[in-house]
Amino acid sequence: MSCCGANPGYDELDEVSRLVSSKLAAFLKTLRDNGFAVGLHEGRDAAALMTAGYAAKPGLLRSAFKHLFSARKSDWEKFDGLFDAFWLGKRVRSRSVTMGSTKAANSPSLKSLRDTKSEPSGSEAATDQVPSTGEAPEDRAGEGRMEGASRAENLSEIDFRKMVDPEQIAEAHAVAAQLARTMRTRLTRRDLARRRGYRLDLRRTIHRNISHGGVPISLVKRQRKPKPLRLVVLLDASGSMSMYTGVFLRFIHGVLDEFREAEAFLFHTRLAYVSDAMKEKDSARALDRLSIMAQGAGGGTKIGESLQTFNRWHAARVIHSRTCVMIVSDGYETGDAALLGREMAALARRCRRVVWLNPMLAWPGYAPDAAGIKAALPHVDLYAPANTLHSLTALEPYLAKL
Amino acid sequence: MKTREEIAQALAASGYIADAELATAISLMQLLKRPLLLEGEAGVGKTEVAKALAAAHATELIRLQCYEGLDQSAALYEWNYQRQLLSIQAHRGEDADAIEDQIFSEKYLLERPLLAAIRRDRPPVLLIDEIDRADDEFEAFLLELLSDFQVSIPELGTIRATTIPHVVLTSNGTRELSDALRRRCLYHYVDYPDVDREARIIMARISGAGASLSLQIARLVGGIRKEELRKVPGVAETLDWAAALVGLGVNDLHEAPDVVHETLMCLLKTHEDKSRVTREVTERLLGKVA
Repeated sequence: MSCCGANPGYDELDEVSRLVSSKLAAFLKTLRDNGFAVGLHEGRDAAALMTAGYAAKPGLLRSAFKHLFSARKSDWEKFDGLFDAFWLGKRVRSRSVTMGSTKAANSPSLKSLRDTKSEPSGSEAATDQVPSTGEAPEDRAGEGRMEGASRAENLSEIDFRKMVDPEQIAEAHAVAAQLARTMRTRLTRRDLARRRGYRLDLRRTIHRNISHGGVPISLVKRQRKPKPLRLVVLLDASGSMSMYTGVFLRFIHGVLDEFREAEAFLFHTRLAYVSDAMKEKDSARALDRLSIMAQGAGGGTKIGESLQTFNRWHAARVIHSRTCVMIVSDGYETGDAALLGREMAALARRCRRVVWLNPMLAWPGYAPDAAGIKAALPHVDLYAPANTLHSLTALEPYLAKL
Repeated sequence: MKTREEIAQALAASGYIADAELATAISLMQLLKRPLLLEGEAGVGKTEVAKALAAAHATELIRLQCYEGLDQSAALYEWNYQRQLLSIQAHRGEDADAIEDQIFSEKYLLERPLLAAIRRDRPPVLLIDEIDRADDEFEAFLLELLSDFQVSIPELGTIRATTIPHVVLTSNGTRELSDALRRRCLYHYVDYPDVDREARIIMARISGAGASLSLQIARLVGGIRKEELRKVPGVAETLDWAAALVGLGVNDLHEAPDVVHETLMCLLKTHEDKSRVTREVTERLLGKVA
């Protein structure tokens, strides 16, 4: 993957240049390990920058490389540290592999871990991976680890591997597909040219009738183009929900597959973005990544704080005007119920519909009087029971109306 | 414009106070001929960068405002169908080929921003504003244009760029941009300016704002940004507020705390924020402003 060594133009370079270019190639490798998407083109440009005099001062080179190699805000923020560590030898963590980075997934440490998956050790194998990657200080989309959670995050006891049963997966996908069909698609401002529309498209009509010498014989009309609804699922993976987590994970898997636009998050004492991990084609690897992110599942719930993280870091990106947010939780909040109320209000303002599915509601004699659910209910458009896939299909008519 | 200092000076002359990093980004843009992607919160002055860049280069600013449903005919080119029809009617009975050649000539082509940007004699600044509001399909199309700088029009043939424009893209992050587009571009994250730079921005933009008043305003706005607000005021809001204060004849914030509190509506744009910043909060913030 050397970006500089293979180019024949470099043959004439003296030893110093060779040294520099090999060092540059090593730096690119470091960046790739840290989740930066840098390719040959960037390598060439970097070399061009160095010859153009940008290497005169470290500060200048850092600033120049920062613009060249960063592609998003998270890259932008961690670049300075990486640069200083590599070029100036300052003591910074040498390698913080970003979770979910496709490049990182190819790194030897994970490869060897993947090999252990066939062993019958079950969920332990999954949690064993935690030290190698789970301590990456910057999680994927900026969901910082919530330090000082009041209740201990007990390590994953939920066996996400149960998800691989093909029959259950097929069933979950069928339910999700059905939902995707019935949840009404949204109208947009974008018009499509149609023969049978509701409005005449003058420009296109004239264009089409040029062959008739301008006499408008065939008319072009426009119609609004339907756009798919986006579904964002927030799944409570805390201890009180452990019975249902497996079912809903399968459902989420189906949702991500069947909806054209969908995102998924897990939360317990903190929030984790799981869409990328669950979209992984290799299902075994998807489960490995999920297990890493879900560490702490089965412990307490901080719905309010998780929602706050969601509203602050993810909402602007994943929510648009045609988004339905589906929260699956029993509403047993161990954090501040007032905070949950505030964040639910903020969320409700932002998206089109909020659905709260509560598995407990299906239990006879259950009344929603936990403080958390009481604070949240005023901001929810649909509050319904759901504990199995079948109960989800029963909700279809209600969801379709949203 | 070669060195970073020259770039910063040229931008400052056109009213944009750039930090060193942005000056580096612009010098890289010229060196590598790559587009510059600016990301940041609303109101931090992303669009202003492009305007100032155009002024600094003494060249034209061509702006393409993106929106959902933006398509080729609004962004690239379109035929002037009405004129074509008139021409057909006027030349009725003449040779069909001649008419066809005529109506599909430059004269009947309506230039839209992207085509206009690659056909100028002098490289213009092409501002593609809020690219995150356009559809994925448009983004893919844009990517092709930005790498080849040529457009093929079926009736006319391929049009190659006469000059490569300086391309600036801005995004608010309402949608995740594709990795391909991000990789094509240099990236710069525009943050809220620090107190010193904001004061200089106020002085450059608002005539009548003195150094001490500008510094006071910048400090107070900096304090307000640290409060828990739903909509954090951007530079544009700061400038509005500074203009309001100057217009009301305020020279020192401490002398007119009432005016300060009453004009905060320039900065606070939601009811929630307005009720959060009470008179006491204003006084506390004013106390911190030396």
